[in-house]
Amino acid sequence: MAHGLSIRRLEKSYIAGKPVLHGINLDIGQQEVVAIIGPSGTGKSTLIRCINRLVQPTAGEIWFQGQDLLTLSRRGLREARRQIGMVFQEYNLVERLTVMENILCGRLGYMSAWSAWWRRYHPQDIEQAFALLEQVGLSGLEHQRADSLSGGQRQRVGIARAVMQHPKLLLADEPTSSLDPKTSVEVMQILVDMGQQLQIPIVINMHDVVLAQKFASRIIGMSGGSIVYDGAPGGLSESMLQAIYGGETWLH
Amino acid sequence: MTEPRMPLLAQAPGTAQLAPPRTWVRFSAAERAARWLLLVVLLAAVILSIRHVEVIPEFLWDAPAQMHDLLSRMWPIDWSFYGPGVHQPLIETLHIATLGTVIAIVLAIPIGILSAGNIVRAKSLNLLARLILVASRSVNSLIWALLFVGVFGPGALAGTVAIACRSVGFVGKLIGEALEECDIKAVEAIRATGAPPMTVLAKAYWPQVAPTFWSVALFRWDINVRESAVLGLVGAGGIGMALDTAMNLFQWDRVSLILVAIFVIVLAAEVGVTQLRKRIL
Amino acid sequence: MAALAFRRRPAVWLGWLIGLAYVIYAAAQLDLSWPRFLLGLDNGAKFLDRMFPPVIIQPDTMAKGLLESLEIALLASVLGVLLSLPIGIMGARNLMPWWVSTPARTGVALCRSFHPVIVAIVFVKAVGFGAMAGILTLTVASIGFIGKLFTEAIEEISPKQVEAVRATGAPFVSLLSYGVFPQVMSRFVGFASYQVDSNLRNSTMVGIVGAGGIGGTLFSAFQRYDYDFVCAIILAIVAMIMIGETLARWVRRILDVDAKSGDD
Repeated sequence: MAHGLSIRRLEKSYIAGKPVLHGINLDIGQQEVVAIIGPSGTGKSTLIRCINRLVQPTAGEIWFQGQDLLTLSRRGLREARRQIGMVFQEYNLVERLTVMENILCGRLGYMSAWSAWWRRYHPQDIEQAFALLEQVGLSGLEHQRADSLSGGQRQRVGIARAVMQHPKLLLADEPTSSLDPKTSVEVMQILVDMGQQLQIPIVINMHDVVLAQKFASRIIGMSGGSIVYDGAPGGLSESMLQAIYGGETWLH
Repeated sequence: MTEPRMPLLAQAPGTAQLAPPRTWVRFSAAERAARWLLLVVLLAAVILSIRHVEVIPEFLWDAPAQMHDLLSRMWPIDWSFYGPGVHQPLIETLHIATLGTVIAIVLAIPIGILSAGNIVRAKSLNLLARLILVASRSVNSLIWALLFVGVFGPGALAGTVAIACRSVGFVGKLIGEALEECDIKAVEAIRATGAPPMTVLAKAYWPQVAPTFWSVALFRWDINVRESAVLGLVGAGGIGMALDTAMNLFQWDRVSLILVAIFVIVLAAEVGVTQLRKRIL
Repeated sequence: MAALAFRRRPAVWLGWLIGLAYVIYAAAQLDLSWPRFLLGLDNGAKFLDRMFPPVIIQPDTMAKGLLESLEIALLASVLGVLLSLPIGIMGARNLMPWWVSTPARTGVALCRSFHPVIVAIVFVKAVGFGAMAGILTLTVASIGFIGKLFTEAIEEISPKQVEAVRATGAPFVSLLSYGVFPQVMSRFVGFASYQVDSNLRNSTMVGIVGAGGIGGTLFSAFQRYDYDFVCAIILAIVAMIMIGETLARWVRRILDVDAKSGDD
C-alpha cells in the first residue's frame, strides 16, 4: 500500500446534527512524523482516537494495511489494534503493575490470555523489553511499580509499551502535555527516534506549536473540526496560526 | 502467532548474541514458595472438609421438589394476618433495634475511650477495654439472645439487651479507632488553655470524631434492625416470635407474609439511613 | 466556629430531647420496667452461678460441632469467593451490557435481602438438617456481600488504564487481568477476608435452626439446662474466632508481601 494510513470523509458527531469532525480526508505516508495542531475542542483528540476506534466514528473510511478499519469485526479490530501503538497524554499505565509488566502489555494482542494471566512471556519478548528499557533510559527500573515513577519516566514506559507491539503505526495523543518543557523535548526525541528505527509513520496530537515545528516533518492544522493547513512546518505563517487558533496574544 | 520477530532495537556493543537472555520473574522464590504452601494447605483443608462433612445426596436431589412444595404452600400470601399478628411485633422489633443501639452507644463511649491509647495511657486498661470489645463481637447476637432469654425470660427485654451486648463491641472498636486517629494539635491547643479533661474531650476530641460517630451509629442501627427481626426465633421478642410460631404451626402462608414484612422493614431502614447520611454527613 | 455552635444549640437540644422521649416511650412499650430489670439481674446472678465453672460435659459432641462449624465456614467461604468473582464482574456496568449486569446485580441483592438465619431455615427445609444447609446458607451470604462490594469496586476503576490495554488489541480476558484486576484485587482480598471472618461467626449460629455446626450443640445444651456446658461452648466459640482472626492476619501478610507495596 502506498500510504501508511488513509482517511476518507471521516465524520464524528456526539450529538446528532452537531459534528465534531467534518469529513476529514488525510493520507499519511509510510514514514513521516505528522503533528496535528489546533485549539482544544477542535477534534484533534477525537480524530486520533477514531483511528484505532477507541472512539467510534459516525461515517467515513480509514484504510490501514489494506483494510477499512471501520468495517472490521471485533476480532479483526483486535488484530488491527495490535499493529497500532498508542501513547497517551496521561501515560495510562497500569499503576499497580511493575514497569516490566506494563511494557509487556504491548504483547497482549499477540499472546493467549492464559499465558498473559500467568505472566509466561516469550524469553525473546523479555529480552526485547530489557533492551527497550535501556533505549529509553530506564534500565534497572523493571521491578518498580508504575505509580512510583515520575511523569517523564512514565511516558517513556508508555512509549516502550507501544513499541513492544511492533506496530506499523504510532499514535500519540498529546504525549507531552503533562510534562515539563525539558522532559517534553526528551520524550519527543525518543518518539521520533523510535519511528525512524521502526520505519513507520507517527501521528502526534499536540498543542505546543514550537515543539511540533521542531520535530515533525509535516504539520496539520485543525480548526472547527476540519483541516485548514497541511504542509511543512516552515510554511506555518503567523496569519495561518491566527486562523487556526484565533487571537495573537498567546503567540509570545 | 508466527509473525516474524523484529530485530532487537538496541543492542549494546559486544553483547549481541553472547550474553544469555535476561529473565524476569513476577515473584521471588520465597514469595512463590509461600504462595504454593498456602494453596496446598487450603486445598488439603477443602478436600478433607468435603470428605468429612455429612452430605446426604438423596436430600440434594430432593431439594427442588422440596423447594417447590415449600413455595406452593407459601403462596398466596395471607395478607389478612398483618393486622392481628404482624404489625405489633414489627413495631416491637424496631423498638428493640433502636433501644438496643442506644444502650450500646451509651456503654460503648466509655469503653471506647478506655481503649484509646492516646487518651487513657494505662496499657492494662486499654487491653481490658479491647478484650471486652472483642468478646462482645465474637458472640453472635442470636447466642446472646439465647443467654438473655435464660436470664430475663422470653420477651423483648432479652432481645434488647442482646442487641446492646453485640453492638457494644462494634461501636466501641470504631470509636476507639477514631479517637486514636485524632489530630493531636487541636487537642494540645485546648489542653494548653488549662481546661479540665472532660472539656478537653468535649471540645477537642468530640468535633473530630462526631462524623464517624454518627456514621457508625447509623450503620449499626441498620444492621440491628436486620438482627432484631430474627431474635424472636429463640424467644427474644419481635417479629421473629411470630415467625417461629407460624413455622411450628406450618402456617406457611403467614410465614411468607412475615418474610415480606421483614424484607420491607429492612429495606425501609436502609433507605432511611441512606437519606439521613446525605443530610447530616 | 464557636459562634456557629452556639447558634445551633436550640436545634441540637431539641434533638436530644426527642431522643430521650423516644427512649422512655419505647422502653415502656417493651415493658422494660426497672423492677423487671432488677429481677433479671438477680436471675442473671443465679444464671452466672450455674454457668461457672464451665464444664465440657460431652467433649466428643463439642469437638464434632466445632469441627463442623469450621468446615462449614471454610467450604462456604471458598465456594462464595469463587462464585463472587464472576458474579461481581458480571454486575459491573462499565464492563458488561445491561442484560448481563442487571440480572447479576438483582441476584446479588436477593442474596443480601435476608438474615442468614432465615436463609438457613429455608435451606434446611430444602436439603434437610445438617452441614449442607449451613454451607449453602453462608455461600449465599458471601455472594451477597463480596459480590456487591466487588461490583462497586470495579465500577470505580480508572478507565484510562483499561483504555490503554484495549488499544494494544488484547483479548477480553487479558483486558480483565491487566486492566481491571490490578486495580481491584487488593480490595477484593479485603472483602473476602472480612467475609471469611463473618462466615466463621455465623457458622457457629446457624446450627440453632438445624443447619449444622456447634450451634446445634449449644442449643441442645441450653434446652437441657446444662448451663455450665453452654458456658464452655461459648468460650470455645470465642477462642475459635480469635484464632481465626489471627490466621487471617497471617494470610493477608503472605499475600500482601507479594504486592510489593504498602496497604492500599
